[in-house]
Amino acid sequence: MTKKIGDQAGKMFEYFGSFLRKCIFSVLSVGPVPDHIAFIMDGNRRYAKKRNLLDGAGHRSGYLALMNMLKYCYELGVKYATIYAFSIDNFRRRPEEVQSTMQLILEKIEDLIKEESMVNQYGVRIYFLGSLKLLSKPVRLAAERAMVATSGNSKSVLSICLAYTSSDEILHAVQECCGEKWDEGSALESKGAGNGLVFLKGNENGKIKPSIVVKDLEKHMYAAVAPDPDIIIRTSGETRLSNFLLWQSANCLLYAPPILWPEIGLWHLIWAVLDFQRNFSYLKEKTKLS
Amino acid sequence: MVIDSEEAQELSKVFELLQWVADIGVKSVCLYDPEGVLKKNKEPITQRFSSANLSEEAAVNGRLVTRRNLTLEFVSFEDGKEAVAKAANYLFVKHYANGTKEKSDFTEPQMAEALGAIGSGGAEPDLLLIYGPTRCHLGFPAWRLRYTEIVHMGPLKSMSYGSLVKAIFKYTMVHQNYVTSSCGTSMMRKIDLTDAASIVCILLRMFFFDCRTKVKRYLLACMSN
Repeated sequence: MTKKIGDQAGKMFEYFGSFLRKCIFSVLSVGPVPDHIAFIMDGNRRYAKKRNLLDGAGHRSGYLALMNMLKYCYELGVKYATIYAFSIDNFRRRPEEVQSTMQLILEKIEDLIKEESMVNQYGVRIYFLGSLKLLSKPVRLAAERAMVATSGNSKSVLSICLAYTSSDEILHAVQECCGEKWDEGSALESKGAGNGLVFLKGNENGKIKPSIVVKDLEKHMYAAVAPDPDIIIRTSGETRLSNFLLWQSANCLLYAPPILWPEIGLWHLIWAVLDFQRNFSYLKEKTKLS
Repeated sequence: MVIDSEEAQELSKVFELLQWVADIGVKSVCLYDPEGVLKKNKEPITQRFSSANLSEEAAVNGRLVTRRNLTLEFVSFEDGKEAVAKAANYLFVKHYANGTKEKSDFTEPQMAEALGAIGSGGAEPDLLLIYGPTRCHLGFPAWRLRYTEIVHMGPLKSMSYGSLVKAIFKYTMVHQNYVTSSCGTSMMRKIDLTDAASIVCILLRMFFFDCRTKVKRYLLACMSN
């Protein structure tokens, strides 16, 4: 009986919270709403240490905070969200830590593709960005399953950066462009066009005509599934990007609240959006110029 | 330093900022603005620092200038994404020019070498100070921004020596996890004796600069009364 009353009270509290959020978001939506917000979820381990929790508990708390933040973003009308889940540099951590993090990631990917999850509730399509071949087979297969399972969703997009760094992304794009240009040239050569390998051997002046341009590289970036982010939020007060979306963040507002990731809440998101709205015209002008 | 292009036109402020940075003891400054205003004004900036000598590298790419112990580098938006595209073409010609497709993936050192070859190489800054209305790096070359600490200093017109010193001091206290593959342990950025001495010098300079400013204001107030 007491439990039933408690459940009902919890539901009422949730409805009230949801109503309050709708009111706040209606006011915020009077101004420009960011299309894409990216998150660097820093501070999970420090949170666990601060609260004397077991290893891994910080990441679990971080996951709950993430689900809340994504819910707030999609309710506000932010269409794209990107999260920095696991960097290539993180593979150098203690093997036990990497193993437990991978286990948690696997578990949460399975949770995400369940019918009743937030992802299906908000019509979110999931992409996994990064060098997925570096992941273990179970995690890689789970990621592929999640991408297929949510391919029919079209309301919003969640990009999860796994085994990702910007430098690896740029190298991958360069590699793909070179491979593409080679294939184009070889195809022309085999058709007997004769000019296929001009860009390889050079013209009469000995100078090679550049054939790879910025647009070609951008087409092959992992993050090409979404537009450039409007805001990058990194928690724990750290002021560096740690090899995350460096190519895409040229005209992006960088926001670094001094709280640990599991402590992030609605007010931090509201503050970030207000900051974005205050600087919107300046950022828009810079985007046009570039 | 990233400076908003409109604000970068205020060259007197840029001179003052560089003077402060040189006085603090910084050895190398990379000046970036997206539209290349600082690049176009390289001559007046270098003339201001009258004992400037062009280094060997400047003869190759025209970007580097050395003044006493301060090396200045001038960078703009075209040294970012477009430079990576040029480096991609360089790598394509180098690795595919013999008519066969090499199977191995490009590595970071190869990319760094390619960027250097086309004149857009350069070290990754330890600290990036943004002078402008927004905390945004405005397209600073992505390849050189991986682990750089980024600090927003506000508009250039309201820059202050105290904020500059504070930003540098805060940088010296930053903890970064660098995990080595061999021992698997993390280590803090070490603050050794040299750093400690620098911190003390910075604090002393800050104290004396602050005193000097207060004395000046007091004397001006007395004279006006």
